[in-house]
Amino acid sequence: MKFAVVVFPGTSCEVDTYDVIKNNLNEEVEYVSHLSENLDAYDAILIPGGASCGDAVRPGAIANMQPVMKAVQKAAESGKLVFGIGNGFQILLEAGLLPGAMLKNINLKFICKPTQLKVENNDTAYTSAYEKGEQLNIPIAHGKGNYYCDEATLAELKENNQIIFTYTSNPNGSVENIAGITNKQGNILGMMPHPERAVDSLFGSEDGLKIFQSIVRNWRESHATNA
Amino acid sequence: MMYKVKVFVTLKESVIDPQGSAATKALQKLEFPEVQEVRVGKYIELKLEKSEQNIDETVHNICKGLLVNKEVEDYRFEIEEVVAQ
Repeated sequence: MKFAVVVFPGTSCEVDTYDVIKNNLNEEVEYVSHLSENLDAYDAILIPGGASCGDAVRPGAIANMQPVMKAVQKAAESGKLVFGIGNGFQILLEAGLLPGAMLKNINLKFICKPTQLKVENNDTAYTSAYEKGEQLNIPIAHGKGNYYCDEATLAELKENNQIIFTYTSNPNGSVENIAGITNKQGNILGMMPHPERAVDSLFGSEDGLKIFQSIVRNWRESHATNA
Repeated sequence: MMYKVKVFVTLKESVIDPQGSAATKALQKLEFPEVQEVRVGKYIELKLEKSEQNIDETVHNICKGLLVNKEVEDYRFEIEEVVAQ
């Protein structure tokens, strides 16, 4: 399985994300520039955290105007997995690939600390290795992670089981404690916590690893017939 | 001729404004108990060359395309014609 890690000017979590794929999963992975216009060679697209394009105007707003985003849109429409972490989630919201928007954290502070998450839906390509209701220790690091959507969107998220992760203790003011959501089809995931920072007990937690393992396992299963 | 455009971006009424709430509390504690609410927005100035395009439409597209997140923000703008320097 071949992963792309998309790098914008200002992205800062690309090495951690790359290393998980390379070292923890032994899968193929390449960095892809924000100027790239083609992602056809990749099976899954990872959009890592950081402050892409300096978070100017709004986090993700300028990043969304870069050439690579057309290719991300195309990959998403074709059903490929597109996974945004932290700022990557903010970019997917700006791109309209996921519903809603991020506001400033309710306490107006940048928060960098471990959080406890709950797996709300384990019936996805990203979470099948977890138990439903499993609690995970995964850190957050953001100033604008206060997820907001209108009531109609929230009802839709609930109806389609698109709320994947919630905080057990809401750190930032997010609606319904939301930490991560998918699109209706389930091939796009965005989450504010950083699972790539929780993949080894040396980091204090390895609870994030199963997200990446789920991705690979599901991809192998769905491609086994062609092998 | 050029246009000077003033864009005012505000959070939608339905959206909680943490900055505004903090400012409200601070002002009330300071010496302005009469302050009921503060909402913090953004003010953006654009300078545009006159072109064939309809200026109103262009500014709407600029706002929707980048300056404003329609999920949580509203906007309005004022257009002035100015002499290019």
